[in-house]
Amino acid sequence: MSAPAQPGPVSIPAPRTPQRSSQRSNVELYSWLFMRISGVVLIFLVLGHLFIMNVLDGGVQRINFAFVAGRWSSPFWQTWDLLMLWLAMIHGTNGMRTIINDYAERDQTRLWLKMLLYVASGFTVLLGTLVIFTFDPNIG
Amino acid sequence: MVSLPVGTLYRGGDGMWTWVLHRITGVSVFFFLLVHVLDTALVRVSPESYDLVIASYKTPIVNLLEVGLVGAVLYHALNGLRIVLIDFWAKGPRYQRQMTWAIATVWIVLMVPGAFFMLKHTFEAMFGSTS
Ligand code: HEM
Repeated sequence: MSAPAQPGPVSIPAPRTPQRSSQRSNVELYSWLFMRISGVVLIFLVLGHLFIMNVLDGGVQRINFAFVAGRWSSPFWQTWDLLMLWLAMIHGTNGMRTIINDYAERDQTRLWLKMLLYVASGFTVLLGTLVIFTFDPNIG
Repeated sequence: MVSLPVGTLYRGGDGMWTWVLHRITGVSVFFFLLVHVLDTALVRVSPESYDLVIASYKTPIVNLLEVGLVGAVLYHALNGLRIVLIDFWAKGPRYQRQMTWAIATVWIVLMVPGAFFMLKHTFEAMFGSTS
């Protein structure tokens, strides 16, 4: 077995090193903050959702169209699901953006992966929103 | 023993593994969410198509995968809370390792009964109902 590689020096610029970019922006700060605020809200929305749907009386075995119709007749659960959809999708998409930035090293690869991500996320959020707002219990 | 780099929470050791797990669970849950919005959208097609897809969630193997999904979300949520506390609570960085043990404990305490109730029906269907 080969010896583990020694950790190399971490390259962190000295404090107060002038910024190389002339356009400074706070986007990454807001993104960082958003991940934390949305995360705390999602703890309640997502864990509550998982508990009600998968654990409470019978869990997934009792879920069907009629069950969904019952829930979405209440504005409370509509609002819950809408907020959870938007927060989880923006949080997840932003997290995926970070991961693409971390691993895709070529500019072109990064660009296209992020385009794909934004299209998939945009489509999913719009579809989910449409479904919640236009749900019809008497369909079919 | 190899000495770990000091002054960083993330390189080597438990701090790195909690981060790796956070990243893997985050990506997995994201992809599941895309699929989950699609399957739920079937309520706009017809009750039959929705019930048909939901029926697959009730089969033993998918049921087991759901326990894995809930475990992944629960870890991500608890560790996310730990990250928030490290960043915003003055004593967070000092207690980060204790918080790792705390979330591991909470995870087990919630997952054991959680998995029991989630798999109850599957067990009864496979090995005969006692009730
Ligand atoms: C349930 C409550 C949740 C909490 C408390 C939470 C918390 C967090 C936090 C604080 C981060 C930022 C980590 C960092 O900047 O170092 C993060 C990253 C991430 N989250 Fe969540 N999250 C939650 C739910 C979700 C959900 C539902 C998804 C999927 C849709 C998700 C996907 C991700 C992804 C992909 C990342 C990026 C991971 C990385 O950069 O390594 N999270 N989460």
